[in-house]
Amino acid sequence: MNAAPASAPDIAINVEGLSKSFGGREVVHDLSMQVKRGSIYGFLGPNGSGKTTTIRMLCGLLTPDSGEGTCLGYDIRRDADKIKRQVGYMTQRFSLYQDLSVRENLEFVARLYGLRDARSAARDMIQRIGLNGREEQLAGELSGGWKQRLALGACTLPNPRLLLLDEPTAGVDPKARRDFWNEIHALAADGLTVLVSTHYMDEAERCHEIAYIAYGHLLAHGTVDEVIAKSALSTWTVSGDDLNGLAAELAGKPGVDMVAPFGTSLHVSGRDKAALEATIAPYRDKRGWRWEDSEPSLEDVFIDLMNRSKDNFQ
Amino acid sequence: MSATDAASQDRGVPEPAFGFWRRSYAMLVKEFIQLRRDRVSFAMIVMIPVMQLLLFGYAINTTPRHLPTAVLIQEDSDLARSVLKALENTRYFRFTREVHSVAEFDELLQSGKVLFGVEIPRGFERAVRRGDRPALLVAADATDPVAAGSALGTLGAVVQTALAHDVHIGDPPQLPFEIRAHARYNPAAESRLNIVPGLVGTILTMTMLIFTALSVTREIERGTMESLLSMPIKPVEVMFGKIIPYVIVGFIQASLIVSIGVLLFGVPILGSVTLLALLTTLFITTNLSIGYTFSTIVQNQLQAMQMSMMFFLPSILLSGFMFPFAGMPVWAQYLGEALPLTHYIRIVRAIMLKGADPSNLQYDTIALIVLMLVAMTIAVTRFRRTLD
Repeated sequence: MNAAPASAPDIAINVEGLSKSFGGREVVHDLSMQVKRGSIYGFLGPNGSGKTTTIRMLCGLLTPDSGEGTCLGYDIRRDADKIKRQVGYMTQRFSLYQDLSVRENLEFVARLYGLRDARSAARDMIQRIGLNGREEQLAGELSGGWKQRLALGACTLPNPRLLLLDEPTAGVDPKARRDFWNEIHALAADGLTVLVSTHYMDEAERCHEIAYIAYGHLLAHGTVDEVIAKSALSTWTVSGDDLNGLAAELAGKPGVDMVAPFGTSLHVSGRDKAALEATIAPYRDKRGWRWEDSEPSLEDVFIDLMNRSKDNFQ
Repeated sequence: MSATDAASQDRGVPEPAFGFWRRSYAMLVKEFIQLRRDRVSFAMIVMIPVMQLLLFGYAINTTPRHLPTAVLIQEDSDLARSVLKALENTRYFRFTREVHSVAEFDELLQSGKVLFGVEIPRGFERAVRRGDRPALLVAADATDPVAAGSALGTLGAVVQTALAHDVHIGDPPQLPFEIRAHARYNPAAESRLNIVPGLVGTILTMTMLIFTALSVTREIERGTMESLLSMPIKPVEVMFGKIIPYVIVGFIQASLIVSIGVLLFGVPILGSVTLLALLTTLFITTNLSIGYTFSTIVQNQLQAMQMSMMFFLPSILLSGFMFPFAGMPVWAQYLGEALPLTHYIRIVRAIMLKGADPSNLQYDTIALIVLMLVAMTIAVTRFRRTLD
């Protein structure tokens, strides 16, 4: 593998101030991020927040309007060809050839990257992703989970140094999702850097680092614990009877920024700890409810970030 | 269950009044909106009929005049000049070349640079004065019977009228000389001899265009373009990868058409089969490149089909396939020169019917190569390497 001419060899992605507009609408605004080599970096945010656009700018599929940066040490504006050679990109929508078989798709990719023995490379990959027995099946006829495996297989086939996965587990069942993440961790353990976008909170917690993006703005980043700590959100967990009634009563009161049911309990959160405590004080002594000062969950933090960003940008 | 029960159960969801029309209307409105958004298709709705009608209404002429003609003068006499003038006055002929040897005369006809040749023999005037009725040779390239036919058919009468008041030979019951019309290459004026080679080119134009015109749009519409672009492949490589398989397909098609032409229609191949194969492959590649260029310009498969049609119709009508090329106005001829089919039809007719060799076909071969390279250059520069 080539040595990348990176100034900081332990950084795989380093971008500064990326912006991109489509038809006058800014989809990504002044986005900066750094991804450490060999880490799994989770990219979170609601639909239409600019995750896909950012990923496409990283691998040269889109040209940023402004901003600059490097991917694997190569300039994302000038060296798109070199980046493509070492990056595996798994698109959100299945984008391999539906009318080619599993084997034919993999051989096509292997040949495109100039692998010496495309046939055996494809054969090994079929073995690795557990698609043996289905080699000759047309890709279009595979179920969602198998398609996703094939897509992952195709983008890891040329031994990339960086994987960009755009919502790889959307619409995949939990078992397949777990297997998929085990595979991602195994790949990262081999030194591969993985940037993965997702909606799922449990997946975010499987990442070494995460970034949260909404309305094209990067709102928070760091490890899961750091993001929660930085949120400065106070959360109380309430359990007991008639939580729906309580939720309706608390919503919108001073200091209460968010009320969200979690199974049999209720999360009441606010950024102003004192105001929140003043508001809930009268309810704390009432019978039937048990109040507990707790950590906000990642989801609380994200919903809060999203609510706040909505106020700012919409 | 009785009919009334079923009717009373149906009452739960009442059928709206005029349901059929409402739903049809909903569909109709949706289609109109989609059509309006598809600007290219919208433009084509107006462009195709108007452009084609204007183009072909003015350009097509089945009794062509002012056809390029070479003159071989072996005698410079008053009578010879009068005859030539009379010929030109018929407006069928336009003397573009004056040659001095039979070889030159033949070469011009064979390469298709002229459609007619007039030869005035040595001692023509003297023979006329003596009353020997010498022969005036009018050779025609009859590969296209339509182009040659009307000129040859009226020749005798028209020349006689034109000469009557010019030459003081009174008003003899017949011309004092004989006009020997010689329909070369297709003496029986069989139109199939002309049509079949032309069909080779026409069929290939249509099939080749469609093969590649859809190729890039198909990748975009199926979403595979995103994957493809994220991989290290260059526009030229995509283009060659998409064109080359169809060169083989086109070659098989061409062999089939030519074989049928020879076996079933009895069209000869007087020239070299290898040369024919070589230049046919060039023609196929040119058309595939043009189709591929279309697919890099259009946004969807419908537009690709429309654009192919826009290209195909003029190819049929302005290439000399259906109507004599030489009979078209100059502007239409220039348009025709930009179509690969025009050049290929000259090539294929020349090789099959006239036995032409490479030296006769230089111009058309170079034209095909130029058209191919222009199309490829446009395609490669138009091919978007990003999703911007």
